[in-house]
Amino acid sequence: MKLGFSPDEEVFRAEAAAWLTAELGGPFADVRGLTSLTDAPERRRDWERRLGEAGWSCVGWPKAYGGRDATLAQQVIFAEEYARAGGPPRLNHIGIELAGPTILAFGTDEQKARFLPAIAKGEEIWCQGYSEPGAGSDLANVRTRAWREDDDWVIEGQKVWTSLAQFSDWIFVIARSEEGSRGPKGLSFLLVPVDQPGVTVRPIHQITGEAEFNETFFDGARTDAANILGTPGDGWKVAMGLLGFERGVSTLAQQMGFRNELDAVIAAARTNGAAKDPLIRQRIAKAEIGLRLMRYGALRMLTHAEDGKLNPAALTYKIQWATWRRDLGELAMDVLGQAGETTPGGDYAFPALPNLFLYSRADTIYGGTNEIQRNIIAERALGLPREPRGDLK
Amino acid sequence: MHFAFTDEQAMIAETAKAFFAEQATSERTRAAMAATGVDEALWQAFTAELGLAGVAVPESEGGVGLGMIELAILAEEAGRHVAALPLLASVGLAIPAILAGGSDGQKMRLLSRLAAGELVASFAEAAPGTIWSDGALTGSALHVPHGARADLFVVAVDDKALLIERDTPGLAVTPLTSMDQTRPYARLDFGAVAAEPLADPAAALAAARHTGALVLAADALGGAQACLDRTVAYAQERIQFGRAIGSFQAVKHRLADMMVGIEQARSAVYWAACAIDERSDEAVFAVHAAKAFACDTYSDAAGEMIQLHGGIGFTWEHDAHLYFKRARSDRTLLGTPDWHRERIAQMAGLDEAA
Ligand SMILES: Cc1cc2nc3c(=O)[nH]c(=O)nc-3n(C[C@H](O)[C@H](O)[C@H](O)COP(=O)(O)OP(=O)(O)OC[C@H]3O[C@@H](n4cnc5c(N)ncnc54)[C@H](O)[C@@H]3O)c2cc1C
Repeated sequence: MKLGFSPDEEVFRAEAAAWLTAELGGPFADVRGLTSLTDAPERRRDWERRLGEAGWSCVGWPKAYGGRDATLAQQVIFAEEYARAGGPPRLNHIGIELAGPTILAFGTDEQKARFLPAIAKGEEIWCQGYSEPGAGSDLANVRTRAWREDDDWVIEGQKVWTSLAQFSDWIFVIARSEEGSRGPKGLSFLLVPVDQPGVTVRPIHQITGEAEFNETFFDGARTDAANILGTPGDGWKVAMGLLGFERGVSTLAQQMGFRNELDAVIAAARTNGAAKDPLIRQRIAKAEIGLRLMRYGALRMLTHAEDGKLNPAALTYKIQWATWRRDLGELAMDVLGQAGETTPGGDYAFPALPNLFLYSRADTIYGGTNEIQRNIIAERALGLPREPRGDLK
Repeated sequence: MHFAFTDEQAMIAETAKAFFAEQATSERTRAAMAATGVDEALWQAFTAELGLAGVAVPESEGGVGLGMIELAILAEEAGRHVAALPLLASVGLAIPAILAGGSDGQKMRLLSRLAAGELVASFAEAAPGTIWSDGALTGSALHVPHGARADLFVVAVDDKALLIERDTPGLAVTPLTSMDQTRPYARLDFGAVAAEPLADPAAALAAARHTGALVLAADALGGAQACLDRTVAYAQERIQFGRAIGSFQAVKHRLADMMVGIEQARSAVYWAACAIDERSDEAVFAVHAAKAFACDTYSDAAGEMIQLHGGIGFTWEHDAHLYFKRARSDRTLLGTPDWHRERIAQMAGLDEAA
């Protein structure tokens, strides 16, 4: 067991840090430290392109598709340096962390060549079309239909909570492609262009006042017959593989950014005197401990992944970070007091910490709610009996 | 970076697991509880046969020459069975103190015999008012783990660390009835007892407190995992309302939460062990984090074990209370979770000017 990084890895760290500091201190100073997912989309698209051009967009991907073939340790290091340099949330995080890895795992050579470099170069932004009004936690209950017509798939139905669809070029959709099928059977995983007459995106305002997610309507939308991942009717397998990515590598990068949020809470506590309150001190210490444990939990999980072993501990990770961040939001507000509940100006747009308090309520919902995560842990890791279903036999 | 056991470490873990599962049975532990609190045959096998008390003692000092990770592995497996051993006292506290702070002569005289289990030592924090002057110690130490079994004590008095042998004139040892009978305490009274200072007391005290906290955290991790494993097994077999109780979400979700906590505790314990071995800047922080987090996790897990076993969980016959009491002892010894978190609050810079 070893935690230190090698001299070579430290060289990589210095190279990444130097590049990031130069860019985010220079031409991209305006996106440095942004926290909202919807602010300055055009500049953040430029930033995606800049990262891609310099080969820093998808460092873990194969070189052939625009990555750097970075080792696990290098990916960790890059994520750390990205957060340290104040890199903004990635506009294309769904493309980079979900669509890309899924195409890499399930795509044909042609699909990989068509889609991966465009993601790595920051040219095409992606969103995820899973949830529907009647299919949230019960994702296998999707109603959106797809059928073959000439050389196309045609799609009819409605998705909801589609994050960043308003900025996206492509959406991946799970749709029912076998009439009369139920549950996880008869679904297909389709890659669909957003900018076409058959797709309508309608923003939904969120608890924070921003509109990051959308309703997405498919009304005879079309995509080329070649744009299916896996085989027709076998989309559930692809969709579930993707959830594996969602809970895996991608979350490591994200939690490095949590460091900055906790630092902001500590700074606020020192400034307004809350740091003297023994109960606040305990909660800050808990947050500090939790943050490190997330980091080492992620490293443990990724070490196992690199050895090709599945570690059931990985199933606990989503609930860990989501709950940690929700607690941090509460702590931030208790530190700020009433100052956190007001914001100057007429816009309903709060600064980073109060916004974190509001936004973090989503962390325990998307990507599988805490309750669903507990079911998964109980059933897959602990082997307890499965939840009975009301409708399917 | 490789945050998983090496093949050799995995082998040690397997061996330790099998050793404790076979020998630290409930019957034997209970027999020890009814007597002195030590399973002497288990101690003999652990030390004399396997040499494991010297796991983190260099080979040149008569030990096995491994590190904190291997020590944590052993403590975790011992904790899984609430083994009735003076592991914390001798291996977790006294040996590290002597190793880090003893003179060459002190180390030569004591370490190989401690590593072989011929001697059992403990570590005592002197009570307030205890005075060290003119080579003699006067006062007391109130709750010394395995104090009645120890042949030798390292006593912390202010910033000194003193060696005192059991049979030194003026030393009175009074066994106490402890809530956790597998980790009995004793009271020491010092009536102008002659004592020998360790050469480097600061190093000795720091090593005892940090290694001791790590051993407690690893014990807590193993104990918590056992609470979860046994409760999951029970939830699968106990039927109420025509279903296994483990099919009810009110039960499932609590078991899932136990696992979430335990996996974090596992990261904490091995991070701390690694950080000490690598002499990382984070080592002290990591030890405080591990002690606080793992002990909270164990208390919760042991409490849930009783609750989810229902009435049977509250009986003397069932082992749940062994875990529950050990969890309490792990939590109290060497500083409560709140105390360790306060140290972390200081390290997080909360007292610096804004
Ligand atoms: C900010 C945000 C962004 C999102 N982005 C996307 C996106 O880009 N693309 C996408 O496809 N989706 C997205 N989602 C949707 C998200 O995945 C779903 O909201 C989530 O899966 C929960 O589904 P639901 O909202 O329908 O809640 P429901 O499934 O209706 O759940 C309601 C409540 O019931 C509980 N519950 C449900 N089933 C069970 C059960 N079996 N046992 C115990 N409790 C249960 C839930 O835990 C929850 O508390 C996003 C959501 C949010 C909040």
